[in-house]
Amino acid sequence: MDTIVITTTDLRKVYRSRGREVSALDGVDLTVREGEVLGVVGRSGAGKSTLIRCVNLLERPTSGTVEVAGRDLTALAGRTDRAPAALRAARAGIGMVFQHFNLLSTRTAQENVELPLEILGRAGRRDRARRARELLDLVGLSDEQARAYPAQLSGGQKQRVGIARALAGDPKVLLSDEATSALDPETTRAVLGLLRDLNRQLGLTVLLITHEMDVVKAVCDSAALMKGGRIVESGTVAELLATPGSELAGELFPVGGVPSGPDRTVVDLTFHGDSASRPVISQLARTYNVDVSILGAAMETVDGRQVGRMRIELPGRFEDNVVQIGYLRELGLQVDIADVTGEADVTGSAAPRAPGAAAAPGLPGLAAAEAAK
Amino acid sequence: MTWSEMEPLLSQALGETLRMVAWSTVIAVAAGLPVGVLLVLTDRGGLLRNLPVNRALGVVVNVGRSLPFVILMIALLSFTRGIVGTTIGWQAAVVPLSVGAVPFFARLVETAVREVDDGLVEAVRAMGGSTWTVVRKVLLPESLASLLAGATTTVIALIGYSAMAGVVGGGGLGDLALRYGYQRFETGFMWVIVALLVVLVTLVQLAGDLAARSADRRRRGPAPRLRLLRPRTP
Ligand SMILES: Nc1ncnc2c1ncn2[C@@H]1O[C@H](COP(=O)(O)OP(=O)(O)OP(=O)(O)O)[C@@H](O)[C@H]1O
Ligand SMILES: [Mg+2]
Repeated sequence: MDTIVITTTDLRKVYRSRGREVSALDGVDLTVREGEVLGVVGRSGAGKSTLIRCVNLLERPTSGTVEVAGRDLTALAGRTDRAPAALRAARAGIGMVFQHFNLLSTRTAQENVELPLEILGRAGRRDRARRARELLDLVGLSDEQARAYPAQLSGGQKQRVGIARALAGDPKVLLSDEATSALDPETTRAVLGLLRDLNRQLGLTVLLITHEMDVVKAVCDSAALMKGGRIVESGTVAELLATPGSELAGELFPVGGVPSGPDRTVVDLTFHGDSASRPVISQLARTYNVDVSILGAAMETVDGRQVGRMRIELPGRFEDNVVQIGYLRELGLQVDIADVTGEADVTGSAAPRAPGAAAAPGLPGLAAAEAAK
Repeated sequence: MTWSEMEPLLSQALGETLRMVAWSTVIAVAAGLPVGVLLVLTDRGGLLRNLPVNRALGVVVNVGRSLPFVILMIALLSFTRGIVGTTIGWQAAVVPLSVGAVPFFARLVETAVREVDDGLVEAVRAMGGSTWTVVRKVLLPESLASLLAGATTTVIALIGYSAMAGVVGGGGLGDLALRYGYQRFETGFMWVIVALLVVLVTLVQLAGDLAARSADRRRRGPAPRLRLLRPRTP
């Protein structure tokens, strides 16, 4: 189960243009396990596209190695810019999906899906057509849509064609660079759902690039954060949540909120693992007869479990709450004392917050605790 | 001059013009297409990046484009004799016409091919396609509409040049117009010839536009039909 499908080792890429040097990748070590969906996130210019294009050697790394399915692609690349047959064969086994779909405008949807089959040298027009139909059916497109030209399809439909085309070579690995960034939220959800289904049905390993945390939450098993050409954090969503001070966990599950007055204790709770399914807030409130206020929460249900973070407020100072905090820790929660004071946070709360953050400042007591579930 | 006097002269000259233009178009396309594609592939960021080759090709093409056709024709006289064996007649005119049209068409090909979205090239490379596959399955089909428009422009330019070629003994409509209109003051006959050239150019443009439009699938809606040939159903 834990076979590694993609490995990059000390991957570096330096772009030289007009005497200027840009280090787009600065020593990236990345592993993607078989059947995993790994999301790489990061700011614009962090090197995400460069990384994914290095994985199938569309971009030649300056140094370092890339292994896909046990094969060292960097060794196959040869010295010239032209891709030798061995590298081209390896690429054919790696599907790629693009932000702007990149479909040929002069071919129908079906003919677009046939293209990789032609390149692979699959004999027989009929066979290619049949296979293309099957793939289009798999991604949810009708026969009529199969006969349409890209200009006649919506963005979501075009991306489905793009995905069908990427699957034509029966790849074990799918690379996706911002595949949903050009789509509206609803279409994004549908396309991500499709990717998730394909990942489960076909055991496909997916490396996807995105700048939206919602994409990571929707489909990814693990995530990696890129900054300045390096991966600064990575792990499964649960691992990231369990890492104190994880920036990714913070962005995936942003909580905000400031104490409602002096003499309050603000506590950040991180739910991961088994603790997540218990109604901890109401247990706490009942056991110690305290009023618990939820200042903010970002929770998701992942594989039937609730994971995420919540910021709560307890009356009294820290010294008054030692027992309660100990109780929460006993329940298996990760408990961090939030470093916010009423005054300091007036400015601090303007910190960037990912869209869709389910912050619910100031909701009092148990009702909110139930609502957050 | 009466029509019965004009008719045989016209049909012979028209035949010569058509043959000159047809052959030089074939050669211009056959040679200009690879040169134009190479100009893109060997350039910075191209799949066969090779700047020395690119610059050399560019210089040759620019020289060919900037030489006035008349000078090209005279400069090529001995070359033409070497190939065709004579410097007179439509066959001889094909040589300078082609030499002039190849760089002309090559530049149009270059422009058309450059317009193809890089993303498509990237997609085919990611599928494991070779450079040749990229050319055959992406660059040429995706730029077909512009290539056809470029070919149309080239044919029309060649019709113009072929009239000039007539001056140096190439024959064809231009030669006829010059001999009768200018030297024998048969102004009426000259206007008939001019009208014929206008009709010829218009027909070529029309056919070229139709072909280019039916090759273009970038717009929404079904592929356009050839309305001239097929009556619109109400
Ligand atoms: N072909 C190139 N030539 C020169 N510099 C480049 C080239 N491609 C990328 N870069 C530089 O490398 C860095 C990383 O670019 P990259 O496209 O990988 O970023 P990204 O994380 O994908 O950003 P975005 O989210 O905007 O797509 C940037 O500073 C960019 O300017
Ligand atoms: Mg990018």
